[in-house]
Amino acid sequence: MSSRIPLPYAPRVLELFQNPQNLGRMEDATVYAAAGSPACGDMIAFYLKLNEQNAIIIKSSFESYGCASNIAAASQLTIMIENKSLEEAWKITWADVSDALGGLPSVKTHCGSLAVGALRRAIRTYYKEKEIKLPTWLPEELSKDEKHALEEEALAEKLAKKYKLLEKKD
Amino acid sequence: MSNIEGLLKQHGTPEKEVYLDWENGSVVDKEVYAEMRPFYLERTFGNPAITHHMGWETLDFYMKAKTKIAEPLNIDPQALALTHSFSESNNLAIKGIAKMNKKRKKIIVSEAEHLSVIHTAKSMFGDQYKVEIIPVSNDGTMNLDILHEKIDNDTLLVSLQTINHEIGTIQPVKEALEIVKDKDDSILFHTDATSAFGRIPLDYGKVEVDLATINSNRILGPKGIAGLYVKDGIKIKSIYEGQLSLEILSPDVENPALLAGFAKAVEIQFNRFDEIKNHTQNLRDKLLYGLQTSIERTEINGPSGERRAPDNVNISYLGCEGEALTVECSMNGIYVSSGSACTSRVLMPSHILTAIGRKPEEAHGSLLMKINRLNTEDQINHVLERMPKIINRIRSITGGIEL
Repeated sequence: MSSRIPLPYAPRVLELFQNPQNLGRMEDATVYAAAGSPACGDMIAFYLKLNEQNAIIIKSSFESYGCASNIAAASQLTIMIENKSLEEAWKITWADVSDALGGLPSVKTHCGSLAVGALRRAIRTYYKEKEIKLPTWLPEELSKDEKHALEEEALAEKLAKKYKLLEKKD
Repeated sequence: MSNIEGLLKQHGTPEKEVYLDWENGSVVDKEVYAEMRPFYLERTFGNPAITHHMGWETLDFYMKAKTKIAEPLNIDPQALALTHSFSESNNLAIKGIAKMNKKRKKIIVSEAEHLSVIHTAKSMFGDQYKVEIIPVSNDGTMNLDILHEKIDNDTLLVSLQTINHEIGTIQPVKEALEIVKDKDDSILFHTDATSAFGRIPLDYGKVEVDLATINSNRILGPKGIAGLYVKDGIKIKSIYEGQLSLEILSPDVENPALLAGFAKAVEIQFNRFDEIKNHTQNLRDKLLYGLQTSIERTEINGPSGERRAPDNVNISYLGCEGEALTVECSMNGIYVSSGSACTSRVLMPSHILTAIGRKPEEAHGSLLMKINRLNTEDQINHVLERMPKIINRIRSITGGIEL
């Protein structure tokens, strides 16, 4: 390829950016998790309210410090998991989110990945906090999207270190 | 319907539009266009190096146009090489000089230079060059003590921009030049004056830099043409091959229509120099301090007062991510850019904002607005009216995420 198309957002991304569904902190959330880091300019907080009898997501919401596709991806994911079981929610991939948004530009795929990473982290946190045995569909090992979130957080740490070096110099 | 058409439809056309992204793209002034048009359609399209009437006609025009561009810089028109872009000029100033001066192997640039300078300098690593990147202070000014320390008898070239394109720092070019020449007169000094030409007075008869990059489209001339001043006696060579004509540093660069536009843009900008400077500076202050006082948790990037470029407004809005801000601004008809990682291809925040010590989350929340002579007070009022709402909405999406 000898040229690049810069950030052609799909209309759905702009629609959700203009009018995000399920935005905001949830005070009575069953579980909460965040992924990403402010240093990367990319962070999502995910809130889930569960029916704990049958592990169904009654509602979910998000907050985002990130770009338009980050906001849209998180919002899209909250729509996709409504009334779904935790197992069904776990199985949603960043590609599913990207498809639902009409495709994310390649440079922005990590935004979809981060939203999924935050959701999966919330699901894992739920089982950990409640000290419930992990269901068979939830692998012990971190999934790719969870790892991605970790990688991004590690990068942020690196940036922060670089900044501290600058501080010393001054 | 393609995705992009759908995107535009979803966006809609704002009632009022204010363009402040002059750093990344500009319109051609109407008078400039009027000057260019006949060169495409009617006359003097001949090649000025060829020996026939049409060629000579173009040559006559060509020399006059170059004189017009050279005049405000107080340089000989023959010392002004035409190039296709300021990036080419900056490449030439480093690679073209290195080609002809092989003994010295050290290049010194400031940390806040445009990437066309920094990347070109770093590309010389492969040829056993040493590259020193001189740090800048928290307002973007090059550290002259460190410059002094790093100059030695292996130094080929020092490159320091005249005005920083992102945060508007007016660099101490004169002082840096004195330091360099006092230490060793044969070290060459280049200044990238892309963002300074037409904004502040430049006189290379007095401040005797060896090389200077100037640009057409930053003063509402056409894109596709720029210049490199090369002081008489400096050895430099073209960096790519082709048939050289009147211009000996860049093949295939003679383009009468673009040159006509460039010369006209220079004429307008310098005939109205004080008026334009006052106009942009007044609007800059109104916007810069208006935004700072009406919005909480902001930080101005770059210096204040006389050491700030008359057209530059750059502010970080804490708790906001810049790419989302540019989209929200766009919905409100305000077109600007950001130093956020998310707006860049490499997903790293602006190297200039990190160079001045901004934390990543401060750099991500930055917006660059440039004031042009075409901007009006009414437009600035629109921006001042909308920005608090824009910032509030993006901060509400960030919500309780702790930064």
